[in-house]
Amino acid sequence: MMSHTHNRDAQNRVVYLDANATEPLRPQAREALIEAATLTGNPSSVHKAGRLARAVLETARDDVAQMFDVAPLNCIFTSGGTEANVLAMHGLSHGHRFLVGATEHDAVRKGVPEGTPCQILPVKMDGQLDLDALEQALAQDETPAFVCVMLANNETGVLHPMTDISATCRKYGAHLHIDAVQAAGRMAFSVATTGANSLAISGHKIGGPKGAGALLLAGPAPARVSPLFEGGGQEQGRRGGTQPLPAIAGLSAALKAAMETPRDLSTLRNKLEQAAVSAGAVVCGGAAPRLGNTSSLALPGRQAQGQLMRLDLANICVSAGSACSSGKVAFSHVLQAMGLEDLAGQAIRVSLPWNVEEADIDKFIQAYAGMAQSASPVLGL
Amino acid sequence: MRILVAMSGGVDSSVVAARLQAEGHEVIGATLQLYDSRGAAKKGACCAGQDIRDARAVADRLGFPHYVIDAERRFQDSVIERFADAYAAGETPVPCVACNQGVKFTDLLGLAKEIGADAMATGHYVRRVEGPQGVELHRPVDSARDQSWFLFATTREQLEFLRFPLGDMPDKAAVRDDAEKFGLVVAGKPDSQDLCFVSDGSYVDLVERMHPEMAGPGEIVDSAGQVVGHHEGVMRFTVGQSKRLGNAARLNGERQMVVGVEPGRRRVIIGPREHSFVSSLSVRDVNWLVDAPPEGLSCHVQMRAREVPRPARIVPTADGALVHLTEPAMPAPGQACVFYDGTRILGGGFIRREANASAA
Repeated sequence: MMSHTHNRDAQNRVVYLDANATEPLRPQAREALIEAATLTGNPSSVHKAGRLARAVLETARDDVAQMFDVAPLNCIFTSGGTEANVLAMHGLSHGHRFLVGATEHDAVRKGVPEGTPCQILPVKMDGQLDLDALEQALAQDETPAFVCVMLANNETGVLHPMTDISATCRKYGAHLHIDAVQAAGRMAFSVATTGANSLAISGHKIGGPKGAGALLLAGPAPARVSPLFEGGGQEQGRRGGTQPLPAIAGLSAALKAAMETPRDLSTLRNKLEQAAVSAGAVVCGGAAPRLGNTSSLALPGRQAQGQLMRLDLANICVSAGSACSSGKVAFSHVLQAMGLEDLAGQAIRVSLPWNVEEADIDKFIQAYAGMAQSASPVLGL
Repeated sequence: MRILVAMSGGVDSSVVAARLQAEGHEVIGATLQLYDSRGAAKKGACCAGQDIRDARAVADRLGFPHYVIDAERRFQDSVIERFADAYAAGETPVPCVACNQGVKFTDLLGLAKEIGADAMATGHYVRRVEGPQGVELHRPVDSARDQSWFLFATTREQLEFLRFPLGDMPDKAAVRDDAEKFGLVVAGKPDSQDLCFVSDGSYVDLVERMHPEMAGPGEIVDSAGQVVGHHEGVMRFTVGQSKRLGNAARLNGERQMVVGVEPGRRRVIIGPREHSFVSSLSVRDVNWLVDAPPEGLSCHVQMRAREVPRPARIVPTADGALVHLTEPAMPAPGQACVFYDGTRILGGGFIRREANASAA
């Protein structure tokens, strides 16, 4: 009787493999979040309650700055990754033209200030930025360039050759902005090692709460950034609005946990990937260096929407790239940019969270193989 | 059974979902996103942003999964463009038939099969009857909400897989009562009307935008080509109509009506009402819901969404069918001609343009 119940529980358990959308809250982040939420003070207030809140905020700032090797006052807290990216793109780009990677997240693709010239930088078949195209784009115009390239791609996990990219940018005096939202906490790097002038991170992608991110700036502090909104002059006049203390404390605690106990998920990811490939899947971006937790799996001839629903009905949460706010599955511009138009509507993204277990992988493999073997009607959607 | 319910966010399909779940089925909700809700989506029509929220709220309340399916591109290609093209060709199209046939009963139905569903249900008012020779499609109990005419193109294979739980409902009040009973937020929501994809009833603007050659005023001519009046735009005219003809509505003491539309020349052709009716017409893309009768059959036909069926004899041809009307009528090209035997749909097709003149 017991074992029967246990079996059913195991079957009904939700397997969460959508870390790149958001990660489960880490216990350390939860603790820090609740502790900060019990504080009444506004960090900008001069009284005791304000000072207590300010201490938590500034400790978080010190910690995050240290983890990415920037000056504390060059860590600007924002509402999340999108705002951190857009703040850099608006607040640091005066007089620049934009060069934006073709596989960037919409936060960046759609973050270019209106009326500013923008050129899209192509990627190669494996998903990595085309370095020749970057150099050509930098050389052809003397207007200083604001280059936006992500560290790790959210759909494929592909890592761009950042050492070469930053060297090329330096050579032409370009500003390099890196969207590190997916990479933070999942691989070792600092602002200095990437060569970034500015770099964006987000709390909830690394097991922190939703609602906080940071823009990290290289060089002497405090670096000047024109704010998107001035408000009460918080964050050294670079980001107005009362800081969401619980989310910021949670972000810092999650990052610390991720960095102090790093977990290489590539073994589990590779196991899952090998099984998927034997079931007929194509790994998009599989030829390039990638984040260890991410896999973009296309099943030729099978629409992503149906795959997603089928796996969801089997209690497995994955995604098909970026979903728009209505929840419909959008066509992948990432795979399209990689020359994989035919597979762009047929790929799902599997991304392992920090607390994934081998049993989760096994359950996914079983459901995926079953799906791949089932009859496959041709769909027009 | 695992049943995928096509949910528009309205009362009807919400009640379908709730009823099927109450009967013990595993319900999965799906809402088609047919166009960007931030655009000029029409209020009170299906699948705008609020409708997706409503469908979700119903699914959440009842506790079954719900998905939003992106069909924007397919809808644009298979419904909106064909709708505009048909007008440009001088026809009066029925986009709801194209939508049911393509996006709903081909694509969504395929998706239902893909996820292992045993059936797909919709909130259409039509009855599916398991007859001795297989499934049959009938008019609903509530004749005021009859949607059978719009569903004539449903194939027998599709019909096997489909379910229309509202076909037996006595009236809309009963459906709303059910919605109340199930505690659905949409119980008091107004019914959707007209074309879902145009705002403010302005399908004229939409078509004229896609086919600018049709925009602007033009001439009203008689069958000899003599100019007898002027009009504000050909889009406002359908074969068979007598309205909007102005002074040309009556010529030589005879009531006139539209007998043809030439969108490219922006001309509306009229003729005397009494002498323009035809007694036979040709239909294309015929769908038979019975075995196609080689000898033909006698039945009733309905040639507009709302009209009393009239007796006719249908004779299948190589590329459709000929319809011989017992009493002459004025069919509009592009509209559906649906064959009924009592409440049952036997088949139907789309009215061809050419035959109207030749069959006179």
